[in-house]
Formats: sequence, structure tokens, C-alpha cells
Amino acid sequence: MSAVTDAGQGAAPPSPVGPGDGVSPAPGDERMWSARLRGAAMRALPPGKLLPDRQPSYVASWVYVFGVLSLASFVVILISGVVLVLKGPSWWHLSKTGLFFNSIHLWSVELFFFFMVLHLWGKFFMAAWRGNRALTWMTGVVCFVLSIATAFTGYLSQQNFDSQWISTQAKDGINSTGAGAFFNVLNFGQMLLWHVLLLPIAVGALIGLHLLMVRHRGVVRPLPARAGRHSRSGPARAPATSQSSPGADR
Amino acid sequence: MLSLMLGALVNLSHPGHYLHWGFVQMSVANFVVIVLMVVVFAAALVIPFRAGRRHR
Repeated sequence: MSAVTDAGQGAAPPSPVGPGDGVSPAPGDERMWSARLRGAAMRALPPGKLLPDRQPSYVASWVYVFGVLSLASFVVILISGVVLVLKGPSWWHLSKTGLFFNSIHLWSVELFFFFMVLHLWGKFFMAAWRGNRALTWMTGVVCFVLSIATAFTGYLSQQNFDSQWISTQAKDGINSTGAGAFFNVLNFGQMLLWHVLLLPIAVGALIGLHLLMVRHRGVVRPLPARAGRHSRSGPARAPATSQSSPGADR
Repeated sequence: MLSLMLGALVNLSHPGHYLHWGFVQMSVANFVVIVLMVVVFAAALVIPFRAGRRHR
């Protein structure tokens, strides 16, 4: 993808939808739930909007790179995590290859949080919830919180003195919240399953929803440099060179 | 050899170092990471982004 145009994501050409295109329902099938769902999905995210060839010109900044770096880190986390699941604790503690993958998993998590925090800073300071992007913002927030829980259960699943120390230190805090009744940090099997099954599914699903929302609403425009910045009526509109689109700020 | 060289950079065979500001306590490792994040964020704001092909 290149950052060369001022057009928002909403300015993508309309998708060729019509009779006989494999998308439009056959006559008489218009009211079927599958046809309505397919139509709604195509209207919300036509292929040109789901996977655009070009990005708005304002995306040509390193600040916009932190989101995809977080995503890349997440992919490495998933791949290295699957390898660790397949081989088991004795392998990741004792063999050189296992130690290597264990380190890959740890450092990809470090980078995931590093870039996710930078992504959060960038989006916070540009008020990225503008333009009906509240759901995009909130999926990111919940994803961040769940990622912390995933990392915590990962520390508990290491099968070493570090995990024993963390679990015994954390149990009183967890118990004081009342969550210890169903979230027992001393129960290794429970923590491992949270870490390798439930939480990755939740984080992955939220990342997917977050990305779909970004594609649907478009990448948020930066705040204007001067005009209207301190206006009480809200953020100023986009530069005059930009085309209006569903991804506009208001 | 490489592992020895890298291991010599950061000796982990002792208790971690901590910074104290009143009741605020933070490990040096966490402090370094936060400083790195601030530096990278500032760099992302000022370093020009090499744009792709310009058609319009």
C-alpha cells in the first residue's frame, strides 16, 4: 500500500455488485437472512475498502506505523506460542532450540506491548475516537487490558521459580478482589488454559474487530495544526484538499 | 562467545536495581523501557516518512 492520495477509505470505487455477480441474491431470495447479511457486509466493507491499494496522504508518518508493528508482533507471538504448545515445558527449559523459541515468545510480547503503548499514545493525542470511531477505540482499550491478562497468565505458565513467585505474590491481590473463587492463580492447569486458549481467542477476535472497524471508518485524520484547534465546537474539519468521506472526523 | 559477550552487557545474577522517588518505586529495567518508548515516539513525530510513489 502506498500513501499517495488525500482520499479517505470511503472514497474507494463502488464494488461491482449486481445480478449474476455471485453476491446479489437470486430473485425471490432477497429477504433470506443470508442474503441480507451478505448485503450488509458488502455495504459496510466492500473489497476495495477492506483491502485498499492506497492510503490517505496523512498516513505517511511513522506515528501510523505502530499499529501494524503491534499486529506483526502479535503474529510472532502466536507462531512462537504454537511451537511452545507443541513441544512442552521440558523442551522450552532444557533444549537450546526450546530456549530460543521461549526467548522469541518473550521478546515478541515485549515488542507487542512496546508498540501497543506507542500506538495508544499516538491515537490518544490525535483523539482517534472522532468520527464515530468509539467502537474502534474501545476495542483497542479492551484488547490492551486483555493482553495484560494474557501476559500475566503467561508468566504463571512458565513452570519455573519465577512463575511460582509471581503466582504466590499475586494470589492475595486476586483473592482480595473476590475473583480468586473462579480465577485461581495457584491452579497451573487453569492458568495455562486461560493463556493458551481463552485469552488468545479473545485478544485475536478483538484485534480482528478492531481492524475491521479501522477499515470501515477509515484511518482517523490528524488534528488540524491551528485553525479551530481551540474551538469549543469540537475538532476542526479536515484540510480543504481532502475529500469528504465516511472516514471524516465528525 | 556471542552469548558470553551479550551476557557481559547485562549481569542478571543479582537482585534488580530500583529507583525511588518518595513512595514511587520503579525498576531500572522498566524505567529504561519507558525512556525508550518516549524516545521512539518523539522520533516518530520528527523523522520524515519516506512516502511511496506519487501519482496525484
